[in-house]
Amino acid sequence: MMSATQGKIAAPVPNVETQAYWDGANAGKLLLKKCRSCGQHHFYPRALCPFCYGETDWVEAKGTGEIYSFSVMRRAQVPYAIAWVSLAEGPAIMTNIVNCDFDKIRIGQRVKVTFVPAENGQRVQMFEPAD
Amino acid sequence: MSIRGAASIAGIFEHPTRHAPDKSLAQLHAEMAKGALEDAGLSKDDIDGYFCAGDAPGLGALSMVDYLGLKPRHVDSTDTGGSSYLLHVSHAAQAIAAGKCDVALITLAGKPRSDGMATGTAPRIVAPTVPDAQFEQPYAPTIANMYAMVAMRHMHEFGTTSEQLAWIKVAASHHAQHNPHALMRNVVTVEEVVNSPLVADPLHRLDCCVITDGGGAIIVTRPEIAKGLKKPVVNVRGAGEAPKHTDGGKVDLSYCGVRFSGRDAFAEAGVAPSDIKYVSIYDSFTITVLMQLEDLGFCKKGEGGKFVSDGNLISGVGKLPFNTDGGGLCSNHPANRGGLTKVLEAVRQLRGEAHPAVQVKNCDLALASGTGGSLGTRHGAATLILERA
Repeated sequence: MMSATQGKIAAPVPNVETQAYWDGANAGKLLLKKCRSCGQHHFYPRALCPFCYGETDWVEAKGTGEIYSFSVMRRAQVPYAIAWVSLAEGPAIMTNIVNCDFDKIRIGQRVKVTFVPAENGQRVQMFEPAD
Repeated sequence: MSIRGAASIAGIFEHPTRHAPDKSLAQLHAEMAKGALEDAGLSKDDIDGYFCAGDAPGLGALSMVDYLGLKPRHVDSTDTGGSSYLLHVSHAAQAIAAGKCDVALITLAGKPRSDGMATGTAPRIVAPTVPDAQFEQPYAPTIANMYAMVAMRHMHEFGTTSEQLAWIKVAASHHAQHNPHALMRNVVTVEEVVNSPLVADPLHRLDCCVITDGGGAIIVTRPEIAKGLKKPVVNVRGAGEAPKHTDGGKVDLSYCGVRFSGRDAFAEAGVAPSDIKYVSIYDSFTITVLMQLEDLGFCKKGEGGKFVSDGNLISGVGKLPFNTDGGGLCSNHPANRGGLTKVLEAVRQLRGEAHPAVQVKNCDLALASGTGGSLGTRHGAATLILERA
């Protein structure tokens, strides 16, 4: 089963805490937050680190990772593949796996980020096979 | 302070309906309250504590206490999804132990079947202020595919198979055939489960629970009061609760929050899994049961597939009879929330009121457990250990 994306991608609603992430996505960059105190990356991004409440900075992720788990939603008008992808920096990120044969998706598969416009034009991260 | 011995379940009610287009949501809550009071032999004015969750219309408990004509001195509308009502029994016991109420009513009702709700297969509407919403909603998470990712990971880590998961549905169906109110009363086979259409890989249609209208209610009270009432007394011996979440991206789908709620419930009750005669395990999907059985310690982590196979959960056949009413997988999943009915069948077993074909002999100690929300992202978990007085 080959499909690009789900039929309609719900538009995210940025706020003052997260606008930089979405501006980054529109510029083709996947941004994460990194803590100034404990040094850990986290996702989804918060102003204060969820591990130690330290201050955080935006950093650009490499945009590579591997599939931690996934499921192809068969009972949808347009089937799509949802996944948790473990990023090279550590955090797992919810995403869709696109530009691939759904029947060949595997846990542990190496993937890389791509950006796809949501229904309002905002670009959102998705992942595709890296190899 | 422990709640061990502080509270008893004196009244239960499960509405026989599975489809109620002719009743309002509030009306259903009232029918649940009336049914549980009749079972206990109490009256409305005995109630001084009221517990409800997100299925109840209105701000917290406020609209419901108005509609139901209650004048409680204690209310609690903690919402942890389908696990809420297990947690409410624990919170009611805490309130009773602290002297904040004497007779607590817990109600659940809903009409997803009448409303034609695409319960598990359509993304839910999430308010944009919910912090995870903007980072997850674009990817169309549904209840089904979030649980499916847990199952997929379990298969990857531990070699669990679809056939093993199917045994959970098969066991539930063996029990449901004896429940005249069950939505699905036909006994199904492993082959029928794995050959039913895929909803979200690797979960098939028959790995999913039913969608029903209806609900139920529970009366929790002081043991001294329960002793003077109509029904055999069931005591709350231990309880635990825990939320689990995505932990800043340190996602681990190999266990659920029941690892912690179960640990605390067993510790408070002072018993071990091997002491338990019957279990009610929230069964939104087959994987929900498998995860909890492992996390409760009924088998080792990763061995749940083997544990549930070959009828091990079927009453009279296997070692650990579960969900002898047919559970959410076959009988009833009112309001898309399965925690309350888990308590009800555990109480029936302890009273000796289960259907004779599924009644567990000498059932003196039972466990009820559930999760609520999304197993693949964030969920509540609650576990109760109940005993025959």
